[in-house]
Amino acid sequence: MWNFFLLILIYTGIYALMALGQNIITGYGGMLSLTQAGFFAIGSYATAILATRYGWSFWATLPAAALFSAFFGLLIGLPTLRLKGDYLAIATLGFGEIVRNVLNNWDSLTNGPMGIQKIPMITIFGFVVNPYKKYAFLVVLSIAVLVAYLLFQRLARSRMGRALAAVREDEIAAQSMGINITKYKVYAFILGASVAGVAGSFQAAFTLSVSPGTYTFMVSVMVLCMVVLGGMGNFKASILGAFIIQLISYLPQLTGLTAVIPPQFKQILFGLILVIMMIWRPQGLLGREQITYRKKGGKR
Amino acid sequence: MGIAEFFQHLMNGLTLGGIYALIALGYTMVYGILKFINFAHGDVLMAGAFIGLFVFDWLRGSAPLGVWTIISFFLAMIVSMGLSALLGVFIERVAYRPLRQATRLAPLLSAIGVSFILSNGAAWAFGTRSRKFNYPFDNTPITIAQVVITPHQILILVVSLVMMIALRLFVNRTRMGKAMRATSLDQPTAMLMGINVDRVISLTFAIGSALAAVGGILIALDFKVYASMGTMTGLKAFVAAVVGGIGNISGAMFGGILLGLLETFGVAIFGIPTGLKDTIAFGVLILILLIRPEGLFGKVEKEKV
Repeated sequence: MWNFFLLILIYTGIYALMALGQNIITGYGGMLSLTQAGFFAIGSYATAILATRYGWSFWATLPAAALFSAFFGLLIGLPTLRLKGDYLAIATLGFGEIVRNVLNNWDSLTNGPMGIQKIPMITIFGFVVNPYKKYAFLVVLSIAVLVAYLLFQRLARSRMGRALAAVREDEIAAQSMGINITKYKVYAFILGASVAGVAGSFQAAFTLSVSPGTYTFMVSVMVLCMVVLGGMGNFKASILGAFIIQLISYLPQLTGLTAVIPPQFKQILFGLILVIMMIWRPQGLLGREQITYRKKGGKR
Repeated sequence: MGIAEFFQHLMNGLTLGGIYALIALGYTMVYGILKFINFAHGDVLMAGAFIGLFVFDWLRGSAPLGVWTIISFFLAMIVSMGLSALLGVFIERVAYRPLRQATRLAPLLSAIGVSFILSNGAAWAFGTRSRKFNYPFDNTPITIAQVVITPHQILILVVSLVMMIALRLFVNRTRMGKAMRATSLDQPTAMLMGINVDRVISLTFAIGSALAAVGGILIALDFKVYASMGTMTGLKAFVAAVVGGIGNISGAMFGGILLGLLETFGVAIFGIPTGLKDTIAFGVLILILLIRPEGLFGKVEKEKV
């Protein structure tokens, strides 16, 4: 039981990374991206392929995974984010499907539907982080989540965070204040993509094997749900949302009711969460984080 | 490529495109009025296909192919259109209408939720295996001057053509159609002119969903019925709507047919592997967004503060 709870915590960590990325895109930038699963997959496969085929260590594949995801983020973001409207949502929806399509069909690189096995474990100065023991892995992962959280938290208070908030509230007003709206949108999108790539890296190092079946559209919707449930524009809330959603999705196993609860139960619930939250509590459980700016030496 | 082969691909492309066009109309009409992408549209199509399948099997019983199977097929299509229209109106009423004054993001998120509920609800209720939609008539291909045409393709062409002409007449010639055009042009002004905007929006969803149901049934005859059938088809139909200029009804028809032709000829001429056929629509989307984001028939809208 305790072991199972640790598993949930680890998945919370991996998904929290993705949710942080989704939050900077959707919560701060107000853009709807539906492809965290796609970047997640790219990150996972980058780690899997570089580690098994070229013998890279996990720590070398981690930035590579982030870079690959960022590159693809730029590729989709640049044409779609220049435009007004919600083209990003459709383009990213298509992108996620295509990533899976390519992973399934490019046998020489990805080994098709079989996926890649025997991914080496993470090592830190000779200490092997064995995912079967969970504790060590959870510690490493938590540090990664913490670092990502602090970075994003700083970012939200920077020029970029303010610019994004302005773009979200009113594009025309932001533009007339001299904000290059496309630039900041693309930045946010790339950042969100690369942190999902990092999450993918950890996923590969945790399960030690990757296959296309893991990276379905449901993953993207789950991540979106986490951000919406916790509260858009609040990084703490994204992590909380990640925990709640993971808890819900393992509820049948936790309660031992797998025979009673249909396998579609959680997906239907995620859908309901999205609709119900939008209608009755669009700000999420914790609400948007209010940022107060203090003058140097002055009072609040 | 011989001339016969060319016409063969043309025929295949036109039928596929006709279906895309029917579905694209739903996206474009809703976008024209509410300015948002109805992600649940593809899943309404799936629901329509399921309803059509059940009603058809029930009406037909074990009757042999003949006049009765054809009649029951069209009856099933009409029932499916009606129920899907109700479903569309219900979705709008419950999940979108409360969010009309909310931020731009809210209805989009709600629509994704609805789409997820519908597709997974269907998987739960009807299982994940795909079902075959039996042909209502003998589908032995006919050869006309070396071009092989199946009666099913003729059915698709005729039905989609009739639907599109009917829609055009409705939008251009009737009072309700005029109200619809007015609402799409300027909602507050339409309201001030005494148009019941809520009713127009409900009607838009009803028509779009009914057309999606027809598209779903036509596609089901070739590709079977399953719970997630709406996702990819919906995505492609949306691309068709964007290609034609989203919000533009003739554009959606043209975009659908163009996309159908591109997919067929892309595989036949340019040798794109069949496994990556679905990628064509996506490539077309990126290309059109780069070159002509307002679509082939769209007008460039000036932004006003």
